[in-house]
Amino acid sequence: MALRTWRPALLIRRLSYIAGILYLVACSGISEPAEHHQPVEFERTLTEVRSGFDYQAAETQALQQDDFANPGLLWVDSGRTLWASECTACHGEIDAMAGIARRYPKFDEAAARVINLNQRIELCRTQQAILPALPYEAEERLALTVALTHLDQGQPFAVDITGKNAAAFHRGREYFYTRRGQMNLACHHCHEVNAGKRLRGEALSQGQPTGYPTYRLQWQTLGSLHRRLRFCNAALRAAPFDFGAQEYVDLELFLAWRAANLPLEAPAVRR
Amino acid sequence: MAKARINIPRNIRRGDLVEIKTLITHPMETGFRVDSLGVKIPRNILTQFSVALNDTLVFQADLQPGIAANPFISFFLRAEQSGQLTFTWTGQHGFTHVETRAFDPAP
Ligand code: HEC
Ligand code: HEC
Repeated sequence: MALRTWRPALLIRRLSYIAGILYLVACSGISEPAEHHQPVEFERTLTEVRSGFDYQAAETQALQQDDFANPGLLWVDSGRTLWASECTACHGEIDAMAGIARRYPKFDEAAARVINLNQRIELCRTQQAILPALPYEAEERLALTVALTHLDQGQPFAVDITGKNAAAFHRGREYFYTRRGQMNLACHHCHEVNAGKRLRGEALSQGQPTGYPTYRLQWQTLGSLHRRLRFCNAALRAAPFDFGAQEYVDLELFLAWRAANLPLEAPAVRR
Repeated sequence: MAKARINIPRNIRRGDLVEIKTLITHPMETGFRVDSLGVKIPRNILTQFSVALNDTLVFQADLQPGIAANPFISFFLRAEQSGQLTFTWTGQHGFTHVETRAFDPAP
């Protein structure tokens, strides 16, 4: 019999975390190149993209790649079951929806703004399937999102950053390079300038969005990219936005463009 | 509603030792954690997992609060007879989840 037995010792982790951040603040003061204050449009500040997968421990990577034991697959299964009962009447079999997830976030005429896949699903749930509205991080919404995203596993994002998407892209891009919070750091400092350095015993990755929704061992459940972004905001002592906030959707569009040709991995497994 | 995954290898023959893998959604709340307001979150765990082939119990495990959420449990079974495997997870607060699978080793 094999059982996974693991729970974080929260207090110790928090203390070591604060120490790590102080170290990063010190580092980023020295190593930040001056030109990053005014990013040139469409300039890529990463020379090579790397998935968060590469920064995980071997056991975590093995769990993600296990076609059976990856716990995120439980949500893929539930999403497929939900699809079969709530969505096939109009859309047919779920497999016919391949190639859709990788195009989100995108401008939606009905919503009159850029929305992500989770929000597009909720629009259909409430307006087409006439189901009661659910909160952003509800199990059903996560399950449908991961089931559709799983269909595009191995493919890169294919988002459009022009036309009606352009404004959201530019807002997301600006957010990424803007310092904020008590730590006065931007996403860029942790995930580009300091990528590869260690923070509380875990390597700082490039902050790529390709694994989401992701099963995080620390959450002991599947969570959205917005849940992760809320963690990052809290990490730099900045007030997080609500789940589904336009700021996060804009950021998500920028991150999807920034991920370049990295393949989608959902459901990834992260520490 | 809980969701379970069960994996039984294909093309098994009588006499083979086969590994059967299972996974189920469950929070496995330890009862030791507190929420953001400092209120203790009540314990909510699976307490037992058992597997029967037809009417014979072939595997049983007691689960403890230290076990991670969404428990993965695998075990080995000697393929001696055919029939129906019944997987039962039971837990606190009246939780039960049952799945059945055909088990049919070639002679
Ligand atoms: C104080 C440093 C810090 C800042 C600033 C920060 N993050 Fe993070 N971020 C982390 C840590 C630590 C992790 C977990 C380890 C990892 O994957 O890098 C993480 C993880 C992530 C991940 C998940 C990567 C994966 O593969 O699962 C994404 C996406 C992400 N960050 C995006 C952002 C964005 C966007 C911003 C700006 C709003 C940001 N982060 C700001 C520290 C930071
Ligand atoms: C009553 C019919 C109907 C039902 C039921 C329905 N949808 Fe839709 N769905 C539509 C229509 C119509 C569109 C196209 C809307 C548009 O383009 O403005 C759509 C579009 C979508 C899209 C965007 C596709 C794209 O190409 O970007 C997604 C994702 C989606 N639906 C998911 C779902 C999910 C998940 C369910 C089940 C919970 C569901 N739908 C149930 C009618 C339906």
